[in-house]
Amino acid sequence: MAARKPAAKPNVSPDELRQYYRDMLLIRRFEEKAGQLYGMGLIGGFCHLYIGQEAVVVGLEAAASEGDKRVTSYRDHGHMLACGMDPNGVMAELTGREGGYSKGKGGSMHMFSREKHFYGGHGIVGAQVPLGAGLAFADKYLENDRVTFTYFGDGAANQGQVYETFNMASIWKLPVVFVIENNQYAMGTSQKRSTSTEDIYTRGAPFGIPGELVDGMDVLAVKAAGDKAVAHCRSGKGPYILEIKTYRYRGHSMSDPAKYRTREEVQKMREERDAIQNVRDLLLTGGHATEDDLKAIDKEIKDIVNASAEFSKESPEPALEELWTDIYAEAVPQGDAIEA
Amino acid sequence: MATQILMPALSPTMEEGTLAKWLVKEGDTITSGDILAEIETDKATMEFEAVDEGIVGKLLIEAGTEGVKVNTPIAVMVEEGESVEDAAAPAPAPAAEAPAEAPAAAAAPVPATPKAKAVEPDWPEGTPMKTQTVREALRDAMAEEMRSDANVFVMGEEVAEYQGAYKVTQGLLDEFGDKRVIDTPITEHGFAGIGVGASFGGLKPIVEFMTFNFAMQAIDHIINSAAKTLYMSGGQMGAPMVFRGPNGAAARVGAQHSQDYAAWYAMIPGLKVAMPYSAADAKGLLKSAIRDPNPVIFLENEILYGRSFDVPDMEDFTVPFGKAKIWREGKDVTIVSFGIGMQYALEAAEKLAEEGIDAEVIDLRTLRPLDYGTVIESVKKTNRCVTVEEGYPVGAIGNHLSAYIMQNAFDWLDAPVINCTGKDVPMPYAANLEKHALVTTDEVIDAVKQVTYR
Ligand SMILES: Cc1ncc(C[n+]2csc(CCOP(=O)(O)OP(=O)(O)O)c2C)c(N)n1
Ligand SMILES: [Mg+2]
Repeated sequence: MAARKPAAKPNVSPDELRQYYRDMLLIRRFEEKAGQLYGMGLIGGFCHLYIGQEAVVVGLEAAASEGDKRVTSYRDHGHMLACGMDPNGVMAELTGREGGYSKGKGGSMHMFSREKHFYGGHGIVGAQVPLGAGLAFADKYLENDRVTFTYFGDGAANQGQVYETFNMASIWKLPVVFVIENNQYAMGTSQKRSTSTEDIYTRGAPFGIPGELVDGMDVLAVKAAGDKAVAHCRSGKGPYILEIKTYRYRGHSMSDPAKYRTREEVQKMREERDAIQNVRDLLLTGGHATEDDLKAIDKEIKDIVNASAEFSKESPEPALEELWTDIYAEAVPQGDAIEA
Repeated sequence: MATQILMPALSPTMEEGTLAKWLVKEGDTITSGDILAEIETDKATMEFEAVDEGIVGKLLIEAGTEGVKVNTPIAVMVEEGESVEDAAAPAPAPAAEAPAEAPAAAAAPVPATPKAKAVEPDWPEGTPMKTQTVREALRDAMAEEMRSDANVFVMGEEVAEYQGAYKVTQGLLDEFGDKRVIDTPITEHGFAGIGVGASFGGLKPIVEFMTFNFAMQAIDHIINSAAKTLYMSGGQMGAPMVFRGPNGAAARVGAQHSQDYAAWYAMIPGLKVAMPYSAADAKGLLKSAIRDPNPVIFLENEILYGRSFDVPDMEDFTVPFGKAKIWREGKDVTIVSFGIGMQYALEAAEKLAEEGIDAEVIDLRTLRPLDYGTVIESVKKTNRCVTVEEGYPVGAIGNHLSAYIMQNAFDWLDAPVINCTGKDVPMPYAANLEKHALVTTDEVIDAVKQVTYR
């Protein structure tokens, strides 16, 4: 504990700081609950928890404006909670129930919300990268001044389509922030073993895309980098790359025996770098919150998460007819109507 | 309040496990993240972490206990101040919270162990047998071929240090080293192409796809580079290699991870396609595939990996391509299937037998080449045919067989051929919907009753 270094001087207001604490805590507690429900057999299949990485989405959401878009991989629960999707709907999707965001048809890896501009939840590693650039293409085409956050992992960064996308995003000056969530492992493969260079953010340089390395265990650093990237995109200069160094505390998915790293490595991260604990310390030492204030937040979060678990158990399974719906659309909103 | 800790589900296909070791003892205070126990699942030994904090009141299941069902209470936690005696009290009510309809990942029914004997055995009579899982059989096939041919190597994601995402390559790195057992980055299109190039260059690659869903990233190299080069080069060079991995639905992994590609690959001239059901066939066919001078698509199945079958205990056991296997002889109807479809076919046949309908069950084993002769001969005997597969109904292997049977045994047919397939929908995640999206044993039974007019 002693080795914990408080984050740099806040570049945000105490209210904002408390909000980050709350939002990160919501993700952590939600994920812990999801892990429990998985163990009980209420959630099935693959379930990739976001525990440890909370500062990444919370910091970047703080840099986003209404209408900005986001798209990510299967490790998506945190992104959905951070962009304001309803924990009940997310948890009920995890249990495969009617009340879930995809009516139980998508599951942990595949959720979407048009309302919150969340474009999924994609199971094929790397596939969301051109999709994100495509969303940005649409925004540029529609001249609506929006930015798309396209999240992908250190493992995904080796897929060829990422570089095809970098090239096009650069020549067409697409307003997309490529967010590499470098949690240092792709399943059991450490970044060292899979990646020819140490840094991934420099891989944009040959395409003319600026990039920078960000400490993903420091929500304020993430927010600051996000602000810069968004400003770059919105000013019409094209894409920006943020390689955010983070760490996942749990296994890759629920069924990962995680023999590729030591317990000490995980423990050290948790004890010395934990983003939530960092903000907690900052709030207390800066006199921005009292223990009682934080207790109240903890309680609020606990209630939200418990309620989402209850909801996800009580929501009925989808009706059998749902098997046959949503395969073809009668009409889809196009162009600006997509916001309506 | 005392709370129970339940046996966790630690993999998509786990229904029970071994509580290998307790890492806490009664009276220990634990916090979230502490490891409570080591649990062996169907795939691996996993550490089971505490989620809540508290004191271990009582351990209900002894270390070393096998076959502990998911959701069985394994320990009781108490809060500070609460006595361990209080903790012993709570009735071991079986997991009130877990609804009956949601057992861990039991999408596919476990079939009755097939009893019917192979009609044409692939091994000499009297060969000693051993029981092996499909997973072990596949690993042995690769290991044996790697021992006998130094140019055979394996590459793919997590095949080496991790021992395989589904543990199929377990132990290969230890035995053959990292020159021949190679971890790749996540870049299917790239490493599939490198595999094809290496095969042009004289090696015999086994390219593992973590699942065949991800082979779609690489499908251009599989089709355009591997399948067509022999033809385009006028026979000068080709791609003697194997693309293998799990194919089809696992359990609750949703639309992008649950698709049967049998019919896709079987369509392509220049490819060979194998899709074994039993462990013996998995072994014998994979050895043949590795030796084959052509690109072979080898479609495995995650749900079958853990199933045990008899495998002949003999030196160099192979199964030839293009030879179907009759699992059960019968006179009333021919049921043709392959891969995991066989579990529905065999289960249906058994139930039908109870009702006096005598089904012949054919396992195609390879889809290219396909053993038309065995199918036609059987249909000429039974005059009726039902096909069973997990893939989509449009462009299915069953569609092709129906056409073939119509052209070549029309006069023998007493009823139209019925194709039982997966439904014409992307795979849903919800447990109840997933069950309906897959082909079911009841559908096979209904189809047989239709063609036999019962
Ligand atoms: C094309 C493809 N290949 C392989 C997989 C299997 N797989 C799922 S996640 C994963 C690791 C990805 O690691 P990374 O991109 O670092 O993301 P993280 O899981 O660390 O968030 C792999 C290999 C997949 N889903 N899609
Ligand atoms: Mg990663």
